[in-house]
Amino acid sequence: MNIDMLGMGPLIIIVAMALVTLVTRWGGVYVMSFVPFNNRIKAFIQGMSGSVLVAILAPVALTGDRGAQMALLTTAIVMLVFKRPLIAITFGIVVSALVRYF
Amino acid sequence: MSRITHNNSNLSQLNHALIWSGFRQLIPVSIFVSIFGAAFGLAAAEEGLGHLTATMMSLLVFAGYAQFAALDLWGANMPLFTLMATVFAINARHLLMGATLYPWLRSLSPAKRYGIMMVASDANWAMSIQAFSRGKPGLGLLFGGGLALWFFWVIGTMVGLYFGSAIRDPKIYGLDMVMGCFLLSMVFEGERNLRMLVIWTVAAGVSLMAYKWLPENSHVIAGALAGGIAGIIMRVKNEY
Repeated sequence: MNIDMLGMGPLIIIVAMALVTLVTRWGGVYVMSFVPFNNRIKAFIQGMSGSVLVAILAPVALTGDRGAQMALLTTAIVMLVFKRPLIAITFGIVVSALVRYF
Repeated sequence: MSRITHNNSNLSQLNHALIWSGFRQLIPVSIFVSIFGAAFGLAAAEEGLGHLTATMMSLLVFAGYAQFAALDLWGANMPLFTLMATVFAINARHLLMGATLYPWLRSLSPAKRYGIMMVASDANWAMSIQAFSRGKPGLGLLFGGGLALWFFWVIGTMVGLYFGSAIRDPKIYGLDMVMGCFLLSMVFEGERNLRMLVIWTVAAGVSLMAYKWLPENSHVIAGALAGGIAGIIMRVKNEY
């Protein structure tokens, strides 16, 4: 189904996007309210919470340009040494800007 | 990453002080998010979206990657279901975030629970899960931080619509890596041991395979679910 982008078209598109996004924000919580909360589910949630981050980052680290890869590497090293997120992020961004500049 | 305690009613507390503190703690990241908002505003203007349309989208949708994807599909005739499917796939990671937050949300009233989730996104979710894993209340970070991110995203969009050319290419300043570096630093803030390392390796491997072979935007879901399953298996091994 195509939406004609004259008149109310853009508004229909935005409302549809907003509703779909809201379903994703609410859906996980809603489904969990029907799941019995036992040790197995706890382990699943615990394993999943760090894995979301890793799963977002893995393709960026592997397929990103050199600037992206060096940014992540720098952030990882600074986090291991200083354990300070804001410093690590700043270094990561500066390194990626430098790599892309040269 | 999150250590779920039996007595977590005090970790679920939410008051004005916690919300305000969460708002302030997310301001540094929000400033970077506003730069992306500006990049979105500029791209939207170039794609021919009106100022009101682009601002409304940031206000009501509040999901950066999905909004950029919508611009790719923008035209005289919009394929509604393709767009909805794309938005769903990109934002499906919210489903997992909601599920991981459920242990601390379940003691709240439904109105509060779902109200807070309206502003859930990557950065404030990561910060709140981090706080819970250290035994600190995290819902102020989730809600207050979410409000900060939302506010700066909308303001950034409007700046981009009016003065976009100043940030034509945020990539050359490394600004596209802000969220990636931030999320990575959150990985290192979490629990680090052999068990988590195995779980993360599984998640990374499955994410990469899904990125390569499964439909677009499915890698986060695939990797995270694999990590969750690895969590169950590793737990069983620990107990027996």
